[in-house]
Amino acid sequence: MRLAHHLAIASDLVRGDCIEANEFPDLSQRYMVMAVPKTVINERAAFEGALPEAEFVEQVLRAVGGNGGSP
Amino acid sequence: MSILSDRDRTAVRDELAKLAGPVKLVVFTSALGSETSIEAERLVREVAECSDQVTAEVLNLHIDRERAVAYGVERQPAIVVEGAKDYGIRFFGVPMGYEFSNLIDSMLAVSSGAPQLSAASLERLQGLTEPVHLQVFATPT
Repeated sequence: MRLAHHLAIASDLVRGDCIEANEFPDLSQRYMVMAVPKTVINERAAFEGALPEAEFVEQVLRAVGGNGGSP
Repeated sequence: MSILSDRDRTAVRDELAKLAGPVKLVVFTSALGSETSIEAERLVREVAECSDQVTAEVLNLHIDRERAVAYGVERQPAIVVEGAKDYGIRFFGVPMGYEFSNLIDSMLAVSSGAPQLSAASLERLQGLTEPVHLQVFATPT
């Protein structure tokens, strides 16, 4: 969660929502949240678990197609 | 009845003493006053009481439609954490337990506007070309 918010601060293009899964069962169901934390990116990609920063950023960039300077 | 214990308040006060600038918490509640929206409002007010740098604004999702649309908030309870600007940080539901420390962490971060990320991450994020909406699901444990 923490990382999503720091990404939001780092980039005007990023919005980071922290959603309390039990309070929004409709959303949890829509995104098939079986374990937390689960991160959904632009409703089209997702990953479970707390990833280290570099991997978290990598997942985000991969999901939206930004190469972020990768070769 | 308060949500934060005396001990919590002391800890929050100590943390918020590190704020680098003003922070605004905007909480969206419901017209009918659901239990969780009452809790969220109470929590935000109690946190705001812990620092002169923090202000709380309570809006109603159904009445303050324009503000809700501007913030992209469609559900309640929701908390927007703003610093010098709206960085796009939202909490949906009542951030308790571990999420409460994330709320405080996000407040500290927006107060300075400085993300705690490595130089490599910051550089990679410059490569973003389209909006990114991250939805992180968590539970209060």
